[in-house]
Amino acid sequence: MDALVLQILNGLDKGGAYALIALGLTLAFGTLGIVNFAHGALFMLGAFCAVSLQRILTISQKVRDESITFFEAYKEVPYLELWLGDTGTKIIEWSVPLSILMAIPIMVLIGIAMERGLIRFFYKRTHAEQILVTFGLAIVLQEIVKSLFGANPIPQSAPEIVSGSANVGAFLGLSDTLVYPYWRLIYFTFAVAVIGGVFAFLQYTTYGMVVRAGMADRDTVGLLGINIQRRFTIVFALAAVVAGLAGVMYTPVVPPDYHMGMDFLVLSFVVVVVGGMGSLPGAVAAGFLLGILESFSSMNEIKQIFPGIDQIIIYLIAVVVILVRPRGLMGRKGVMES
Amino acid sequence: MSEHKISRRGVLKAGAATGMALSTPLIFTSQAHAFRNDPGDAKSVKFGFNVPQTGPYSEEGADELRAYKLAVKHINGEGDGGLLNTMKPLSLKGNGVLGKKVEYVTGDTQTKSDAARASAKRMIEKDGVLMVTGGSSSGVAVAVQSLCQEMGTIFMAGLTHSNDTTGKDKRRYGFRHFFNAYMSGAALGPVLEKEYGKDRRAYHLTADYNWGWTQEESIKNTTEGLGWETVNTVRTPLTAVDFSQYITPVLNSGADVLILNHYGKNMINSLTQAVQFGLRDKQVNGKNFEIVVPLFSRLMAQGAGKNIQGILGTTNWNWSLQDAGSQAFVKSFGAEYGFPPSQAAHTCYVQALLYANACEMAGTFNPVNVIKALEGFKFDGMGNGPTEYRAADHQCFKDVLVVRGNENPSSQFDLLKVVQEVPRSQVEYDPAIFGGELGPYEV
Repeated sequence: MDALVLQILNGLDKGGAYALIALGLTLAFGTLGIVNFAHGALFMLGAFCAVSLQRILTISQKVRDESITFFEAYKEVPYLELWLGDTGTKIIEWSVPLSILMAIPIMVLIGIAMERGLIRFFYKRTHAEQILVTFGLAIVLQEIVKSLFGANPIPQSAPEIVSGSANVGAFLGLSDTLVYPYWRLIYFTFAVAVIGGVFAFLQYTTYGMVVRAGMADRDTVGLLGINIQRRFTIVFALAAVVAGLAGVMYTPVVPPDYHMGMDFLVLSFVVVVVGGMGSLPGAVAAGFLLGILESFSSMNEIKQIFPGIDQIIIYLIAVVVILVRPRGLMGRKGVMES
Repeated sequence: MSEHKISRRGVLKAGAATGMALSTPLIFTSQAHAFRNDPGDAKSVKFGFNVPQTGPYSEEGADELRAYKLAVKHINGEGDGGLLNTMKPLSLKGNGVLGKKVEYVTGDTQTKSDAARASAKRMIEKDGVLMVTGGSSSGVAVAVQSLCQEMGTIFMAGLTHSNDTTGKDKRRYGFRHFFNAYMSGAALGPVLEKEYGKDRRAYHLTADYNWGWTQEESIKNTTEGLGWETVNTVRTPLTAVDFSQYITPVLNSGADVLILNHYGKNMINSLTQAVQFGLRDKQVNGKNFEIVVPLFSRLMAQGAGKNIQGILGTTNWNWSLQDAGSQAFVKSFGAEYGFPPSQAAHTCYVQALLYANACEMAGTFNPVNVIKALEGFKFDGMGNGPTEYRAADHQCFKDVLVVRGNENPSSQFDLLKVVQEVPRSQVEYDPAIFGGELGPYEV
């Protein structure tokens, strides 16, 4: 039982990342009709917002390390610690959660700049051309990050208070030894909150209602005198924020590097296809479903029967879903079918 | 149609003329191009430093490059001379190699065999290097070593710990100073028995390439020899960054020891995540759950932070050693870069010096003579005590360090505490056990 709970939890935190990225991809596709291969780069840029804030907070003074006597060694002491003492240390420790505040406006600006500056010129082009141009954009963005931050992963820590493990077993009335890292639980909760927020925005606000109407029938909404294009630009920025926040919060789980967007991009497209092109609930459900299946496929009992299944499970599921339900789990009729 | 008359005399004349024509160039070329990239009268020679500048072992690669640059300085007679002051016997004179200044080119192996081979090939064919050295992966070392054998260029391996490098994949043109997985197991076994007893259940997570496989095999043989049971061995992709899906099954496997056959960033991530999942606070089978990292380095300890504290492993060399060679190297490296060298830096620095010294001993850059000078070469004063380049497999034999993540570090670099210096005699083995052939001198 403990093993099952652990794999479910593991699948949920992985699935949280897949669902957040796939949600943004589907928003961009559903509103603007654009197949955005630069979406993984937005996830990566979000992660590097956290890295940038940490770099800013840890601007340091070099101080001689007196414990080394046979050559001149220096250690770096952040100015924030020199000026504010323990408070400075705490601020640095909380750099990842603080990065969320910085990432939101930055990702909005990046999203608008990306859509207005490049993507809008390709609305009426074929999907193949959209893929080419957005993939090129992703490469440019990752090379810029590589030149600024280097090629190596840059570890980010969660605040000390949430860096250990929670006794999930005791909470669920199971074994006392069943523990799970706090930050991964936080990541899952955060993913659910963001997804809930996006759905609430689309479902319960007038703005969201117009966007949904535009997604269903863009021309009719335009005929009603509504500037649907401007709203779609905002939705694209929202998709960028969702991807960026997913990236920020993922940094304590896996140290970010310039290539992390590409690593997630292919998986996220598989998630979107499995969920159904243009279907927001489909993207979210498929994200969590594939995360859980990937996690279960890593269990030794499964791998003994199907060696190496953990490496291919996601693609295998995609093949089966496409064969059985070509529109995906919750795909809408007419989307990507012309 | 013309009629051709062929006489016996004509055939003999033609044959003699053809023979002369064909053999004449060989008379000259056999002297002028006796070996690839012969520097001739040039005032300088080039070494090729092929290190991972990107990928999971890039930290090690960066330190290797620092060490090579320092070695070139010392060989050319610049700086404080480093290990040239302590190495015995020493043929280098501090004026380059055979009177020629040493220059270098660098390449990025990307920790990928094909990229590493392409980079080494470029260095040999386009840059004209006499020797290729470096690398932080056994997959890369085996691939580059094989290329160097084909091209007749000596390869002085960097950080490579797989038994295969000087075992089944050994080559006449390849040499390894670093220790190997078999030696790690032989050194670590008695310490594991003393610390954790004979009744343990081990679970292996292993990087899925030839180094991981041979380390898993060597450590498994050692622990099973102690009486431990192997619960499971799970392979993880070298490119993996999130190990959570591999760690969660460990929690309920009944194992009480996790052995991480990972290195570099793989190890930093897997260890950090294993600790996050509460493994070190766990009690299984009435015993404390333990994690063992058979091969680790100070750079990894730095990346893993306090998670490494108390964890046992082995290392080729550590900057805290007190012998004259180690101290001279740490002083030179520290003065140059402001921090002590890693084991990767140490082995690469020593390899560059050993190659240069062998050229001086041989009195030529001809690789056949240099190989013969290195085979069976016994030396001291390089930081590992008396060492021998065994002629039978080109593996260096020296003492091995069993270390523990330091629980009370005295400085930011004091991260590994030497538990035991295991003597060379305890880690020696018959070269025949791993098979393989060195191959010919002449290629």
